[in-house]
Amino acid sequence: MSDILLNIAGVNKRFGGLQALTDVGIKIMQGQIYGLIGPNGAGKTTFFNVITGLYQPDTGTFELDGKPYSPSAPHAVAKAGIARTFQNIRLFGEMSALENVMVGRHVRTHQGVFGAIFRHGAARREEAAIRARAQELLDFVGIGQFAQRTARFLSYGDQRRLEIARALATEPKLLALDEPAAGMNATEKVALRELLVKIQGAGVTILLIEHDVKLMMGLCDRISVLEYGKLIAEGLPAEIQKNQAVIEAYLGGAH
Amino acid sequence: MALLTFDTVHKPRQSYASMAVLLAVMLVFPFVAAQFGNSWVRILDMALLYIMLALGLNIVVGFAGLLDLGYIAFFAVGAYLTGLLASPQFAALLESVVNYHPELQDAIVRTFGEDVRTNGIHLSVWFIVPLAALTAALFGALLGAPTLKLRGDYLAIVTLGFGEIIRIFMNNLNDPINFTNGPQGINLIDPIRIFGVSLAGEAGSRATVYIGGFGIPSVNAYYFLFLLLCIVTIFMTSRLQHSRLGRAWVAIREDEIAAKAMGINTRNVKLLAFSMGASFGGVAGAMFAAFQGFVSPESFALTESIAVLAMVVLGGIGHIPGVVMGGVLLAALPEVLRHVVEPAQQALFGKVVIEAEVLRQLLYGLAMVFIMLNRPAGLWPSPVKEDRPAAALAKDEKEESEA
Repeated sequence: MSDILLNIAGVNKRFGGLQALTDVGIKIMQGQIYGLIGPNGAGKTTFFNVITGLYQPDTGTFELDGKPYSPSAPHAVAKAGIARTFQNIRLFGEMSALENVMVGRHVRTHQGVFGAIFRHGAARREEAAIRARAQELLDFVGIGQFAQRTARFLSYGDQRRLEIARALATEPKLLALDEPAAGMNATEKVALRELLVKIQGAGVTILLIEHDVKLMMGLCDRISVLEYGKLIAEGLPAEIQKNQAVIEAYLGGAH
Repeated sequence: MALLTFDTVHKPRQSYASMAVLLAVMLVFPFVAAQFGNSWVRILDMALLYIMLALGLNIVVGFAGLLDLGYIAFFAVGAYLTGLLASPQFAALLESVVNYHPELQDAIVRTFGEDVRTNGIHLSVWFIVPLAALTAALFGALLGAPTLKLRGDYLAIVTLGFGEIIRIFMNNLNDPINFTNGPQGINLIDPIRIFGVSLAGEAGSRATVYIGGFGIPSVNAYYFLFLLLCIVTIFMTSRLQHSRLGRAWVAIREDEIAAKAMGINTRNVKLLAFSMGASFGGVAGAMFAAFQGFVSPESFALTESIAVLAMVVLGGIGHIPGVVMGGVLLAALPEVLRHVVEPAQQALFGKVVIEAEVLRQLLYGLAMVFIMLNRPAGLWPSPVKEDRPAAALAKDEKEESEA
């Protein structure tokens, strides 16, 4: 099919004696919200880090939008079109919210030393475009009024939003979110969910890792379940909910 | 700092007025200082060179957050490059080559003319400055490359080692090929000539530079040149800071992994920080060599690296006006002490109880401890952003109490 956005197969990753991932693969369709769930230590974040180039896989094939990409370095992955957020928020703390998002534009802009020093027409225009786009994205995620705040002084929920805005600034084809709802209360989760649907509506495909099964069931188009580094189920949320292997993984087997 | 502000983003008019006032003061200053003796202007000249160094180091340490303890190496590279290409030293180099590679010597003599055998090379300042910037930038990238994966303490130790390696090279590169003349250093370096006017003054003019019919002391002429270079450096570094690259540097400082994930090629951007920082150091070094007329390895010891770093940290790391202030304070302090403390002790006790040099070390140490305890961001840190303004804070608290 032509509208497969992300096609990953046969990923193995070993840390010393620990086989963290065994033959893991996923297929994400264009425009989907795709969920990846699993108990603690199942290898979700490892898989995530492999996809985004932070860890080097031992084996595996990687294809984005029909073209193979090499997850050899995070910046190359970002350039290819996968942007990510982190489980523990990693913002540029001393920069303003706006500057954080402006950094996200780095990979799609070009001005170097010469443009910086002489600020010729093209450099000025690019800088203005970066600023305008960054403000637009802050408005999009709903924290436009905090543009000039220092990032580390934002509230927890707003920091999550800022991280998403920063990731969106790289013009990703796939937005990969590592436990975006971690530590959020019920109201914040509802707001997050609305935001994710809005991002999906804007044409960005989303890969989501999450603990909160309830949030995932209502939100995701498809879900994969990892346990002990192996994929144990894949399907529609309703199927996953009834899957015996998944229930055992989460609740323990019937003895 | 209420009177002078350099926050061009938020208070543009006030800050441009401040700059104009400061520039006017700086232009008049040497004429006033010269009334008390040329040595005061000489102190200022050195202070300006240190400011250039501190601004260059600020790119590496302040913007990109890469703790570099060997920065003085690039100052040395610039200074020795000038020593080699604007003094009789090149003749000495040729003489040492002759025994090993006569054909090489012939080639050089053919390129530069017979004169090079006796007089060495005497390049003009217009070649020296870009060449020093480029060579230092190259060294910056070379020394930066092996340290790319290091952070914090480890980076500091490796750069410290590199700084020492360069100094030791300078000390020993007089054999088999005499590049640096070893511990004796390179002498008789040409003073800077701009449009035929020597900034050291012509022979017999008693170090007075005549421009048109108007004569100023040589140290004043150098002062204006260094002031111009400092202004150019400030201009360039502040433009870099507020650019796509400057943001990338700060992003790496704040969180390298997140910066990578946002598509910043951290390897290239860090190397660029090293070489941009180094190039300012190289130019300052070239000026230093021409100003002193003499370079030796002693001028490039580890303590100098630390002094420049202290200027950056004490003034306000990453904040250009703060760094300039740190440079002025720390470069002028020892000289002021020398001129004030010793005569004062002489007058009070009839002898010098504590030497200025000892007192300087003591005050350096005390100042650093005091600053780190009370103002860890430096004397004049970056203006804080809109940090939870009072109104917003009150509102948040209200919401929290309602919830």
